[in-house]
Amino acid sequence: MDFSIAADQRMMQESLTRTLAEASSLDRVRRFAGDLSDKGGDIWQAMADFGLAGIVVPEAHGGLGLSLLDAVLASEALGAAVAPVPFMGVVLGPLALLRGGSAAQQAEWLPKLASGEVVAVAAISEPIAGARDGAGVQASGGKLSGKALFVPGGMASGLLIVADVADGLHLVRGDAAGLTRRLMKGIDETRRLAELDFDNTPAEPLSGGPELLAALRDAGWVLVAADSLGAAQVMLDKAVAYAKERRQFDRVIGSFQAVKHLCAEMAAELEPCRSLVWYAAYAFDAAPAEASLMAAHAKALTSEVGRFVARTATEVHGGMGITDLLGLHFWFKRLGFNRQLLGGPERVREIAARLQGLAA
Amino acid sequence: MDLNETAGMAAFRGEVRGFLAAHRDDYAGGAARDVRAWQRALIGAGYAARTIPREYGGYGAEPDILKSRIIAEEFIAAGAPRGMAGQGISMLVPTLLEVGSEEQKKRWIAPTLNGEIVWCQGYSEPGAGSDLASLQTKAVEDGKDFIISGSKIWTSTAAQAQMMFCLVRTEPQVAKHEGISYVLIPMDTPGIEVRPLKTMTGGAEFNEVFFTDVRVPQTSVVGGRGRGWFVANTTLKHERGMLGDPNATEARLGALIELMKSETVDGQRIIDNPVFRDRLMQLQGRVLSMKFNGLRLLTSQLTQEPAGIAGLIVKLQGCELNHQLAALAIDALGELGILYTDGPHLRAHGRWQWNYMFDLGLIIGGGTAQIQKNIISERGLGMPREPKPAVA
Repeated sequence: MDFSIAADQRMMQESLTRTLAEASSLDRVRRFAGDLSDKGGDIWQAMADFGLAGIVVPEAHGGLGLSLLDAVLASEALGAAVAPVPFMGVVLGPLALLRGGSAAQQAEWLPKLASGEVVAVAAISEPIAGARDGAGVQASGGKLSGKALFVPGGMASGLLIVADVADGLHLVRGDAAGLTRRLMKGIDETRRLAELDFDNTPAEPLSGGPELLAALRDAGWVLVAADSLGAAQVMLDKAVAYAKERRQFDRVIGSFQAVKHLCAEMAAELEPCRSLVWYAAYAFDAAPAEASLMAAHAKALTSEVGRFVARTATEVHGGMGITDLLGLHFWFKRLGFNRQLLGGPERVREIAARLQGLAA
Repeated sequence: MDLNETAGMAAFRGEVRGFLAAHRDDYAGGAARDVRAWQRALIGAGYAARTIPREYGGYGAEPDILKSRIIAEEFIAAGAPRGMAGQGISMLVPTLLEVGSEEQKKRWIAPTLNGEIVWCQGYSEPGAGSDLASLQTKAVEDGKDFIISGSKIWTSTAAQAQMMFCLVRTEPQVAKHEGISYVLIPMDTPGIEVRPLKTMTGGAEFNEVFFTDVRVPQTSVVGGRGRGWFVANTTLKHERGMLGDPNATEARLGALIELMKSETVDGQRIIDNPVFRDRLMQLQGRVLSMKFNGLRLLTSQLTQEPAGIAGLIVKLQGCELNHQLAALAIDALGELGILYTDGPHLRAHGRWQWNYMFDLGLIIGGGTAQIQKNIISERGLGMPREPKPAVA
């Protein structure tokens, strides 16, 4: 029985955190956020050099061949650094190819994904979070038509994994005919969302159907949960550090119970999330019967706790908390974004109930 | 991360299951047919008093956290009672093992384990709750004895107990943490009066105990005169662990799901109401997170690494969650939830209503939620203590 993060996993995470401190400092994030022509190519290159692009790609295809738990630890570090890295596709792209792709498709794409030469992106919002504004993609005769909204990293991708309205999945090349991208400017400027238009766009089907979609959904939920965990932990740490430093009424404000109890509440809410996220990632590889339920709860709970921490940590900072000067809002918005991405907590919990036969 | 069970542990699990299957008649309906006999059987098999040395009446096994956990899981799964669990067994015995004299261990542990002696805990006082160290019950030296006067409150099982382990002030002139002694007092000593303390549940789960010139020999002190605060702290950590047990919370969640599937309003099952269903799912996510937090704590015990915040939050979060589960059950019962005495419409003998009220007491007792937040922020987050007000 060992419910812990192994020493080498911990080292990988710490090493990534150090790399991000250089490659994706808050100053660098600010520049990315303020300039739409900034594609963050240097940050992506640093991630590719680190090996992150191939984290779940098998070694035979040039990747690191690691588990979802390893990817989740990386996602936590990315969230902590509010890094502008489209990481979900980095994991979901190879997963889709490994579980639903032919040998030829795997041989063509996996090495390019592992090296970081091609970036994969998953357009799976509609069947999971629900269709907004009439979005949805129809598949017919090897062609896709329709719209996919809220595609993280979708402006720049070289390979798209697209879900259709019947829960089928398809590979679409980034330069395919009839594919138009439009930026959806979101509240979280560390992520760039795309609206994708397909007009008789050529696509290659992946096998696996709803089961594959469920696997991508589960992995996506756990990755987003881990990103929130990392972002929320930083907000808590910053609040505690600020409260130990800031003086009012001749005392540091962290000595007032009104303030320190807020910090204790954040810690008490957040710490169990860590265990749930770890278990959900572990279950994805080692306990498939439980994987979907655990992923759903990890996503929903980190959404709720993320909102509480985002708001409370900002409050502990007083007026400074809401300024651009401090930059705390990058974490605040990251958590707000994660809450809605791939379904808000109400929708995800309804799926959790369905998975147990508690809802129709 | 590897949650698979080794062959050795799987075999041990098989042994526990075998024992429980062979003794099914002894605990039909979830309660032991003969409590003392069941306790003897459990000690004999190593499922109670497991790590207590044989010379003191225990089973004498080496501590093994995984085996203890397997025993707990299998007993819950079988609906079998865990044997006696009073404060004598859970708090006094570990304390004596740690700091008691050889004579005290020989005299008290075995009869406590087999149920001959029931203990109660005399810690809190009307004027000493969260600030326990300010307790005023005094023990004045008189020859070879102490003469004790004062009062205690929140004393569970005082009416049934033959003995009390009690904190008294023996040195009034020194700093408050240093003048306290931990003494063992027979409850039939002249001058002790026990009054039941009725609570909002309608029951008297606690008592008040009054001491008027109660004489006990000075040899009843455990761990040395003036050392009582430190002796008591070795036991309080056992109590806090007990109050946030995730196995019990998971069992309660299971009962709540069954309740929501079976109860109907206007012919519709409660579980089919999306508002109730969402509240249930919110709590399920929290129960799971505390369950895995428990696994994490178990691992840090095994590897003897500090658990940090994951350990400090258990009492706060566990008690809160139990209370919220009871609250949702009552809401699911709706108007049925306002019934409380036995009658044709009462569900589960009013257990949810009782839990809802009693568990609020558990949020307060054993270190209030606010004290827990002080502990989390000071020990876990390194935040400063509230400064003491200037003395005028």
